[in-house]
Amino acid sequence: MGFRAATFHHFATLDELARGESPVHRLDPRAKVVATLLFVGTVASFSRHQVAALAPFALFPASLAALGGVPATFILRRLVAVLPFVLCLAALNPFLERAPMAVWGGLEVSAGWVAFASILLRFALTVGAAVVLVATTGMDGVTRALERLGAPAAFTRQLAFLHRYAFVLGEEAFRIHRARTLRAFGRRTSPAEFASLASQVLVRAWDRARRVHVAMLSRGFDGRFPERQSLAWRGTDTVFLAGWTLFFAAARAFDLAAAAGHLIPGVRP
Amino acid sequence: MHMSDALVSPAVGGAFWAASGWALARSARTVSRDAPDGGVPLTGVLGAFIFAIQMVTFAIPGTGSSGHLGGGLLLALLLGPEGAFLTLASVLVVQALFFADGGLLALGCNLFNMGFIPAFVALPLAGNRRTPGILAAAVASALLGAAAVAFETRLSGITQLPLGAFLLALLPIHLVIGLVEGLATAAVLRFLHKARPELRTPGTRGWRPAALVGLLALVTAGGLSVVASRNPDGLEWAIARVAGREPAPPPDPAHLAAARLQASAPLPDYALKGREPGRAQTSLAGLAGGALTLALVAGAAFALRAFRKAA
Repeated sequence: MGFRAATFHHFATLDELARGESPVHRLDPRAKVVATLLFVGTVASFSRHQVAALAPFALFPASLAALGGVPATFILRRLVAVLPFVLCLAALNPFLERAPMAVWGGLEVSAGWVAFASILLRFALTVGAAVVLVATTGMDGVTRALERLGAPAAFTRQLAFLHRYAFVLGEEAFRIHRARTLRAFGRRTSPAEFASLASQVLVRAWDRARRVHVAMLSRGFDGRFPERQSLAWRGTDTVFLAGWTLFFAAARAFDLAAAAGHLIPGVRP
Repeated sequence: MHMSDALVSPAVGGAFWAASGWALARSARTVSRDAPDGGVPLTGVLGAFIFAIQMVTFAIPGTGSSGHLGGGLLLALLLGPEGAFLTLASVLVVQALFFADGGLLALGCNLFNMGFIPAFVALPLAGNRRTPGILAAAVASALLGAAAVAFETRLSGITQLPLGAFLLALLPIHLVIGLVEGLATAAVLRFLHKARPELRTPGTRGWRPAALVGLLALVTAGGLSVVASRNPDGLEWAIARVAGREPAPPPDPAHLAAARLQASAPLPDYALKGREPGRAQTSLAGLAGGALTLALVAGAAFALRAFRKAA
């Protein structure tokens, strides 16, 4: 029986980053959520044979990460962790589209390799933006933003609860895992053992939920969490959202990278 | 299997966002009606349980590899379809946000594949909740989920992997995943009934409208993809044949690229022959510009970081 401790660690680090203090942290969560969704939608709308035109979009996650104090190594580690599936699919493209499409530095490049590069670039952009959003907003902020943007209250409550208890039950699962490891002398967990251990965690979780529910009801819980402070939309939020929207529109409509390329002496056609 | 934003087109992502959002709103309404005081602790804590138990891995007998419980079907059996979908949706949202496991645009697809399918489509197959029924439901859930991944990816058109090859790669492994998931789910459920016989699991209901929405999402995604696709595709060919003339591709880079691809296609007369002069330089300028842009972005990021440290 293994325990994916790295996953747990990442979870805790994100929460820690989200508790930080920076101009990006101070923005209204709604502005950040909407801007990130616009970003992801715009990046996904490019055709799969566009690579360089996507480059200007790196400005969004990079500048927010820099201003929000999100370490680049933290984002890179996450990128590597979730890369395999996308890499497998993207790596097939060079075999499927062999027709030459572009010439890069004297080498003929097939359409498949162009698509390969495009997929990896959009992967890095979209994953980076999602990581930066949570690292500067926190689950609490995202949950409240979603609620104010119209998500059902039953769902946002569920999100808040899940986030709160994922740590508690994660630690419980880890304790059970450690207890077993100490007694198993290196033997691997059989499915039957796993089922028994998982059921123990489940029964405890169920009992805990019942206790929590009774405690909440006895304190007058009526299905809504009291807010510590309500969200306040300020001028900077409008400027932030409008500015990035304009930038995304401009980078979508004009190939800014090609324009930049023409400025370099020697590659002008 | 979580889909990433890198492989999803806005049309497919949007259609599945709409379908999953509808299912989510409907589930939230049902759950709120059944438990007006919020009933949240149970679903919330069970969501956290799924989360925690996914971190624990076990050895799959006869192989060197290890597996972990997905938990979708287990939740559906414990909470009923609506409660399970709400809970699975929250788990998937946290996975997308915290772990970048599955993208934000792809979230609708992932909610559909890993929440909607086990909760609404596969659950009725579990029948009387004995082991064979649970196994059937788990296998159906895994296979349908994998097929949906292949279908949505192909429909998005970002990769060119043919649907058949994709299915062939995904389905056998998901048959095994489904069997393991079914066995683990049945074992956990058996244990739970022994340890806490008073915990009754709710019945199933209302899968027909759900199946309808699923179908609707697929059709919408397909339709939108055809409309949104800027590459000449089968439909345009068919239209051209019917209309008796070839549609003139608009002269933008994507079309020129597509046209160039078709020069080596089985129907070479339906293509722009030859090459545009200056094309190589243009793409070199684009590439150099891309590199320059990335360097500028990196420089800006460093400057911002220094500014932040100084402030």
